[in-house]
Amino acid sequence: MGNHTHGFKSVGPRPLRPDGVEKVTGRAKFGADLSAPGMLVGRFLRSPHAHARIRSIDTSKAAALPGVKAVVTGDSFDISKVSPGNQATLANVMARDKALYEGHAVAAVAATSVHIARKALKLIVVDYEVLPHVTDVDEAMAPDAPLLHEDMFTANVTPKPTKPSNIANRYEFGHGDIAAGFAQADVIIERNFKTAATHQGYIEPHACLANMTQDGQGELWCCTQGHFMVRNVCADLMGMDISKLRVTASEIGGGFGGKTTVFIDPVALMLSKLAGRPVKIVMSREEVFKASGPTSSTSMRVKIGATKDGQLTACEAELNYQGGAYADSPVQFGAMSAFACYALEHVKTVGYDVAANRPKNVAYRAPGAPMAAFAVESVMAEMADALGLDQLEFRLKNAATEGTRSSYGPTYNSVGLIETIKAAQTHAHYAAPLGANQGRGVASGFWFNFGGQTAVSLNVQEDGTVNLSVGTPDIGGSRASMGLMAAEELGIDYNNIRCIIADTSSLGYNDVTDGSRTTFSSGLAIINAARDAKAKMCARAARLWDIPVDAVEWKDGCAQPAGGNAGEFEPLSFAEIAADAGNTGGPIAGHHEVNASGAGVSFGTHMVDVEVDPETGYVKILRYTVVQDAGKAVHPAYVEGQYQGGAVQGIGWALNEEYIYGEDGRLQNAGFLDYRIPVASDLPMIDTVIVEVPNPGHPYGVRGVGETSIVPPMAAIANAVSQAAGVRLTELPMSPPRVLKAMDAANNG
Amino acid sequence: MVKVMLWGSLASLAEGRAELEVEAGNIKQLLERLAQDHPGLKPALAKGISVSIDGMIYNDAWFEEISDENEVCLLPRIEGG
Repeated sequence: MGNHTHGFKSVGPRPLRPDGVEKVTGRAKFGADLSAPGMLVGRFLRSPHAHARIRSIDTSKAAALPGVKAVVTGDSFDISKVSPGNQATLANVMARDKALYEGHAVAAVAATSVHIARKALKLIVVDYEVLPHVTDVDEAMAPDAPLLHEDMFTANVTPKPTKPSNIANRYEFGHGDIAAGFAQADVIIERNFKTAATHQGYIEPHACLANMTQDGQGELWCCTQGHFMVRNVCADLMGMDISKLRVTASEIGGGFGGKTTVFIDPVALMLSKLAGRPVKIVMSREEVFKASGPTSSTSMRVKIGATKDGQLTACEAELNYQGGAYADSPVQFGAMSAFACYALEHVKTVGYDVAANRPKNVAYRAPGAPMAAFAVESVMAEMADALGLDQLEFRLKNAATEGTRSSYGPTYNSVGLIETIKAAQTHAHYAAPLGANQGRGVASGFWFNFGGQTAVSLNVQEDGTVNLSVGTPDIGGSRASMGLMAAEELGIDYNNIRCIIADTSSLGYNDVTDGSRTTFSSGLAIINAARDAKAKMCARAARLWDIPVDAVEWKDGCAQPAGGNAGEFEPLSFAEIAADAGNTGGPIAGHHEVNASGAGVSFGTHMVDVEVDPETGYVKILRYTVVQDAGKAVHPAYVEGQYQGGAVQGIGWALNEEYIYGEDGRLQNAGFLDYRIPVASDLPMIDTVIVEVPNPGHPYGVRGVGETSIVPPMAAIANAVSQAAGVRLTELPMSPPRVLKAMDAANNG
Repeated sequence: MVKVMLWGSLASLAEGRAELEVEAGNIKQLLERLAQDHPGLKPALAKGISVSIDGMIYNDAWFEEISDENEVCLLPRIEGG
């Protein structure tokens, strides 16, 4: 029973989503939807300062307020017993010596009502020593910048710096001789770029319900991309045995990487422990913006050299990523992925991870890659124009393929970049005429994908139906994909399979749903669990027929004699074997536990048409097409949804979204009215093309698809806007004032 | 002997060598020998890394076999969003 990449019976159609009815009728239970008898309300007190030393916190008046059942500060947690890897997480969850950004939590209360909780927060007295702050990445790198951490010395440089700075890490990737490469170039283009910090923009705020019992056991209900991660981190922060904390993942209203860590969950557990009652915490939208993870703002320099006929000779980039208060930027992935689309003899990228007085960075869809792609693909477009080459032909000429040594090290095996570029070339969109003030941009993008720890169970019920238990929260339709893959393997109807997200006490450890890993790794595990179940069902048939097990095979959803020598027996269907399970040995189940490997990288190419209003600088997206390699699309509608979602988030990042800080270091637009994500009326239908170049590392050829789609959009849009506006745009977002300013400067220059 | 490629800034912690030769039959042995022979790498290895074998990325897969036939690269630990 090996791999197959064609002739599918169940994989590939578009059945109705299993969570659809519950969600459209409002019955699906999200993070804030669960309540418990005696439940208290938890609320946070947050720093109003961007940078301040906490001299003291007096919670006595709050604790004495009737209705207040518990108060928590940083001192409530014993950081000396927390593992080193989680200490920054704890410091972010609840500030200790310093508040490092506006919105940093400094205390929390649990009370019998929201009204009392709010009143209690006002009674907490925090004595702050306000310190100088810095929020801009370039300013944070300056030698005289306000220092966030006295013990931060830049890692990965030799010799080790003698003075601390806000630069936490230096990363370098590449190969060849960059100077020799540029010496071979006929044309060299070098540009600087900046991008603003953006938030993942999930609709559902962080929410949880915690219940600690007097004997030290705990239960937690929360919205998260990884409840096993939540369990392990919370147990560490609480000083609990992992097995004594049971975490259940709610339905999730978006995550996009932003729910791959904890913010409120440990505090809810601690409040519940102290109060002896369940505690529910729901973040406000303002808290989500100010105190949950945005991604980096960046400052970048890209230099590309090419021959007259369009052969790249050298590519170089320096990437400075602002990583929030704890320097958690994904700059290493930006530096690794910047030139991953191209076959290069000489390439070098350097990345700096920089701390600033902003919220702790958290992953955002293809972390680090979209910003780097914006800079690189912008210069690629300018180079194609400078050489008089077609944009896609130029990329095709230099595209990475099987056997190419990637810019970050490994040699690619089977990859689909060329296929996406060729599909874009033949798409009607690429040949469509453009009008006045309109421009067309293209860009390609890349993401690594990975597997990770995964455990699943497949339970065969006596009526022939099947329950699947997986431990990876369903963010993008994975329950449907799991059902389709199980149906394919078992040879039964997809509608007879129901998949749930099991709690942390029901399965072995599962890594977070991130990195586009779930359909790949949980799917791989489900396929193997189904094969395990089939083997057991064949064994039951063998006993019934009194023939050797290896004389039975599974075919078309039935156990059948394997060849003429096995004997003459009528095939036993899945349902028949399931019905007799109690008599033939007991329940039948399949299991699989794996640290999945073999995830295939994914490439995409985007095309976009825009119109720029020369009077206002407003950019309208006229047409957008995503072409991406999925390896094998298990449920094409969900794959298209991932493509469209990535494109739309990229459109927001390109045109509207940005964290705006005042001189006081406070966020000025912490709400959806002022931090404007695209809505349906801003967008055309996003067209999609699914390319399928099978991943040799998956039984059905599946590649992760969730991340790559957000990598090319900002570059593609910048290229389109630059063409329409007649001037190169190098800073995001390309908001109307910024576009207008660039056009005015070009016209007056 | 397995040839192992290090990314640029990791090479700076291994006496500037972008390629090392290690006697190892699997990832566990590889990481142990690297830490033993190049102590400067220890903090980076302890932080967590990924290992690419012939273009496939592995996290924490100690017993994945390697030989001198494989292309082996160390990478920062691959995560996602």
